[in-house]
Amino acid sequence: MDPAALTIALAGNPNAGKTTLFNALTGLKQKVANYPGVTVERKIGVWDVAGNSARLIDLPGLYSLDTTSIDEKIAGDVLLGKIDGIARPDVVVAVVDATNLERNLYLVTQIVEYGIPVVIALTMIDVFEKQKHEIDIARLEKKLGVRVVAIDAKTGRGVEDLERQVSAARDSTPNVPIAFHGDVNDDTNAKIFSRYKFISDAIQDSVRHNDRDAHRVSDKIDRVLTHKFFGLVILVAVLLLIFQTIFTWATVPMDLLDSGFGSLGDLVRSAMSAGVLTDLIVDGIIAGVGGILVFLPQILLLFLFISLLEDSGYMARAAFLMDRLMSRVGLHGKAFLPLISSFACAIPGIMATRTIEDQRDRFATIMIAPFMSCSARLPVYTLMIAAFFAGQTVLGFISLGAVLMLAMYSLGILVAVVVAFILKRTVLKAPPPPFIMELPPYRMPNIRTVFTNMLERSWLFVKRAGTVILAISIILWALMYFPRTEVQSSKFNIQGEEQLGTPNSEPGTASGSEQLRNSFAGKLGHVIEPVIAPLGFDWKIGVALIASFAAREVLVSTLSIIYNVGKEQDAQSQSLVSALHDEKKADGTPVWTPLTALTLMVFFVLAMQCMSTVAVVRRETNSWRWPIFMVVYMTGLAYFAAFLTYQGGRALGIG
Amino acid sequence: MTTLRELPAGSSAKVKTVHGKGVISKRLMEMGVIPGTEIRVVKSAPFGDPIQIRVLGYSMALRKNEAATIEITAC
Repeated sequence: MDPAALTIALAGNPNAGKTTLFNALTGLKQKVANYPGVTVERKIGVWDVAGNSARLIDLPGLYSLDTTSIDEKIAGDVLLGKIDGIARPDVVVAVVDATNLERNLYLVTQIVEYGIPVVIALTMIDVFEKQKHEIDIARLEKKLGVRVVAIDAKTGRGVEDLERQVSAARDSTPNVPIAFHGDVNDDTNAKIFSRYKFISDAIQDSVRHNDRDAHRVSDKIDRVLTHKFFGLVILVAVLLLIFQTIFTWATVPMDLLDSGFGSLGDLVRSAMSAGVLTDLIVDGIIAGVGGILVFLPQILLLFLFISLLEDSGYMARAAFLMDRLMSRVGLHGKAFLPLISSFACAIPGIMATRTIEDQRDRFATIMIAPFMSCSARLPVYTLMIAAFFAGQTVLGFISLGAVLMLAMYSLGILVAVVVAFILKRTVLKAPPPPFIMELPPYRMPNIRTVFTNMLERSWLFVKRAGTVILAISIILWALMYFPRTEVQSSKFNIQGEEQLGTPNSEPGTASGSEQLRNSFAGKLGHVIEPVIAPLGFDWKIGVALIASFAAREVLVSTLSIIYNVGKEQDAQSQSLVSALHDEKKADGTPVWTPLTALTLMVFFVLAMQCMSTVAVVRRETNSWRWPIFMVVYMTGLAYFAAFLTYQGGRALGIG
Repeated sequence: MTTLRELPAGSSAKVKTVHGKGVISKRLMEMGVIPGTEIRVVKSAPFGDPIQIRVLGYSMALRKNEAATIEITAC
């Protein structure tokens, strides 16, 4: 048999154990991509079916096939063989949760109508039996007209039987047992009722439910976790734990990666002869790739937590708890966690919005996610506070730095709320989103599912963000590298008044700051100087701003280069701090005042300065329109707010 | 007309009709909220909305606005 000939689709309700089964059947032989033109994930694996290799397509989790959501439309198209590059499935394996039989079978009654042979994989059978329910599988098969195999993906129970049944089913002609033999697209209420009637008839004689409430355990846990008071306290505690982990534990591997890439750069530089190519590899490529990979530990940890919360059933509870607050601004309860994740990094946050079904809700969430102050803004805040607000207190005992930090985080949240409110009433106008969400029973997370999930999403991040940020880093590197400033060249005298900044350069070598001043980036800095002058910024800050559009934390290293204090400065470095204090304008007044620092911080709260985020938004919204809109409106807002801060501060006589 | 919105936490009732048109009512019916089905309100969220209900042996959350479209009778 031609191995490519067998195509099998895996369908099932969310929370039915579909992902666990998919991983168990395919091992690591799977590939994740998107369906053409949409952001629905397309997972295809190789499954060895009784000696024949088959393509196993993991359909999105579905409650029904009625083309009301993108997921459902895609699944329907796959079953009709309408997707390019995917043959019409020979067999559908329908994953059915034994503990939630009636609703899970609803989807099966729809799939059967597509005329493709169906085999039911009955999951959660261990839980079902533990609850002392009974099921007569042979009788259920007869009533449904579909083969049923009890499966336990963890122990592998039933997998061989499933393979046999799938092989046997592939050439059979399915009989459609439901009284309705009408058009697949006929979706009248009567049809829904007749499907449920069929299901209740089928399980009436074959399943005996124990009277004991199957939800005892979950309800008991919910008594605490969705309690009016303790539920909220625990939610806050869970979030604190996640943040604590991300901001403390993750810094250890992050520092290691950072110094690792530093050493790699040094190694390459010493091994290669000096020249443009070496500089490109070290300062462009290695520094660029390192800049992304440094965030990987944080992202891995965040995805680990998100996967754990999803797989255990807590994620749905978090949405349940927060929906009321989120709906005030027109967002879905499910937007809460992606937004919280964005405090670590907007990228996993934006990727986590996939759980929001309604596209407009999802896009509104994506559009405001970057306002949450992410970890890349911290070095900027830290430098400004260390340089201009260190040691000062408010009311005698509260550190001014802490107050400012809190103010920056609050400003981001406030603006996000206002923007969401406006977006939901204008470009993303829609009636209040329906909130119909299953609260699945609590389960011990499946370790394999959690880790596969974590690695898969992290890899997507590296791939998606990586390619774009690599290109941008090379462009930025080139902008700062060319044209080369010749030794003792007089070229940089074109900007004659800018002689002040070069006292450190030794005669005969073009210092970093000279090179930068004369580069394309330096010239760009001069070009934008009139625009940023009302914010209190000069061209040097302009260059740092341009560079920081690739990634915010680049500001610190760029300022170090511009002020010629060496590249290896971190945010609390004393030499960089004193360089900021010493920097003078042509008239001798300092460039940097506390007001300038505050203005810069406000700008960084609101501006869209992260190429990786732009790249991910492009992927997730599947168009350039949204990322461009995001860059424009966020940066516009940032400019406006920074303008108000600086001019307002001056009018009040500060700075 | 009594709707699910008025049903206090801990009480059960039978679904009579799902009012309203379009995606929401259809989704509710596909999820098993069809006439004749028993439905129970488990609790409401800390800020009063949404509510948790039990239908066909599983738990579902929905907002009070959606609950108001589900007409119920005593069971």
